[in-house]
Amino acid sequence: MYAYDEIDRTLINERVSEFRDQVKRRLSGELTEDEFKSLRLMNGVYLQLHAYMFRVAIPYGTLSSEQMRRLAHVARRYDRGYGHFTTRQNIQFNWIKLAELPDALADLAEVGIHAMQTSGNCTRNITADQWAGVAPGEIEDPRIWAELLRQYSTLHPEFSFLPRKFKFAITASEHDRAAIKVHDIGLRLHKNAEGETGFEVLVGGGLGRTPFIGKTIKPFVPGRDLLSYVEAILRVYNQYGRRDNIYKARIKILVHELGIEKFAQEVEDEWLQMRDSALTLDDTVVEDIRSRFTYPAYEKLPHMPDELKKAAHDPHFEAWRKNSVAPHKVPGYAIVTLSLKPVGGPPGDATADQMDAIADLADKYSFGEIRVGHEQNLALPHVARSDLPALWRALDKIGVATPNVNLVTDIIACPGLDYCALANARSIPIAQELTRRFANHDTANLIGRLHINISGCINACGHHHVGHIGILGVEKNGEEFYQITIGGRADENAAVGTLIGPAVPYGEVADVVEDIVEAYLALRARPDELFIDTVKRLGVEPFRERVYATR
Amino acid sequence: MTSPLQQKIKITGPSVVTANRTWDGVVIYRTASKGWSTDLSEAAIVRAADEARALLAESIADDVGAVGAYIAPVEIRDTGEIEPGNLREQIRSEGVTIDLPVPA
Repeated sequence: MYAYDEIDRTLINERVSEFRDQVKRRLSGELTEDEFKSLRLMNGVYLQLHAYMFRVAIPYGTLSSEQMRRLAHVARRYDRGYGHFTTRQNIQFNWIKLAELPDALADLAEVGIHAMQTSGNCTRNITADQWAGVAPGEIEDPRIWAELLRQYSTLHPEFSFLPRKFKFAITASEHDRAAIKVHDIGLRLHKNAEGETGFEVLVGGGLGRTPFIGKTIKPFVPGRDLLSYVEAILRVYNQYGRRDNIYKARIKILVHELGIEKFAQEVEDEWLQMRDSALTLDDTVVEDIRSRFTYPAYEKLPHMPDELKKAAHDPHFEAWRKNSVAPHKVPGYAIVTLSLKPVGGPPGDATADQMDAIADLADKYSFGEIRVGHEQNLALPHVARSDLPALWRALDKIGVATPNVNLVTDIIACPGLDYCALANARSIPIAQELTRRFANHDTANLIGRLHINISGCINACGHHHVGHIGILGVEKNGEEFYQITIGGRADENAAVGTLIGPAVPYGEVADVVEDIVEAYLALRARPDELFIDTVKRLGVEPFRERVYATR
Repeated sequence: MTSPLQQKIKITGPSVVTANRTWDGVVIYRTASKGWSTDLSEAAIVRAADEARALLAESIADDVGAVGAYIAPVEIRDTGEIEPGNLREQIRSEGVTIDLPVPA
């Protein structure tokens, strides 16, 4: 966990006071909606279909149990008893009242949570691998650098009014769990030939209306130069980004139009002027941040304790363990993913009661720490393997032990037309129907790793472009239709999926997905050839034929 | 951003003006008595572009009470009952189409 210092606490508290005053002036009529809108957006407050929506940042996906309890409190006291974890390591509350928002913000500020820069044309929440600091083989904890970027970019005057929103993601593992290739800037920590730690910097990734996979702009930037190099990118974007057309304003369009070589040269020229400036990170600054991250006092524990051997006889436990438990960098410990994808449930939602219970379990079994992943699941990052059976029983009781992590029912979905003012079609009911169709665990297990992503509009909050199966809701003559893509992926081999054919109506989506899955089962070369690999080997045509032969 | 009043208003059938209530965001409809109601059945119905523009103009003028006013289609049943004219408005009027994680 990172401990905020006095500067952070003062900043957050001052922001609450400012926003309280702004809300008061809005409700009295002193501020018009036009004047107020940008102010509320800077505090994560959107107006959706039914109510205001309040988006709260969870920097690099790390939460303490105390913070999780406070989120539960906000859900219970100011909302309708639940929250929605998003693909950018935020949580959204869907029914918040503007008049009560300052109180909610004040309650969150007491535990170091805020909503700054969760909206608007600024740098957004800095996201990271949800297994940061505990994944085996990691170069180092990427959250140290994410925190540096958070401090650097928070209320940065030069970058508070960018042409469009700007998103960072960072990982320090070979396997990318942070989807860095579909972010405006993706950072991958690695070591160069000299053994020095630095960053591969990718730029121009993004989904939405015009999806692009990020391109490597510089293979190695030393850690000390991270901020100056990032600032050079932001300056070039700020200067040349399209402010005249919202649909062309993201950095991905600029990179595409200039070409990566020309863009890289612009950045290099800018960087050379400022490389050895105040932005150069000396070791003391980095070490100061590092020292504010605390890590558990791990014990020396056995890899295969008796509790685990005994529980291995229970097939339900084993199904969950194989699916939800990952290796930890410290022997005797494990990383446990909590599925927020129950059969028939809205993906990513957690009730206040669940949040409280998870906080208690984090205290009991995970040194009080919880992680949020972009797949809309949670994780307990420091669980003793001997505690796994007891933890599983407790998680099962509160409905977050569905053994479906990374399987066909572990669906990423945006709120869609049920909540969102931008959406053209519903996402959640499609996800719910799919989880019912594939509810049988043996079937899901037989299918293996398969990511379904659903977005209710072209803005792609459900990351449909990079789903192994992507589902995009569109509106045709007042009816909901869905375009289906296959072959997308969000990991280190990120790719945008290919459309398989004409959009299908709401009532046929689950049938189409079943057809695609059946085609895969018939076509795969071996039982362990993953869906995504079969699509890569064969292309979309066999799947297209299967889906449209009878439609 | 272009004001809704600067945009071309085209309606193809009975319509209402809807918005969200400023203090809590609840869905509201403009009434014939120049007020707001949370009940669609109390909404003022307009059938022509000029009428719609006038209703929208007075709605937008109430910047303190309401936010984001716009014209939305409705259907009038033979019984006189007013129903939302599309799925989006149906969801705004009647709520989400799924069970909430915590029953209201």
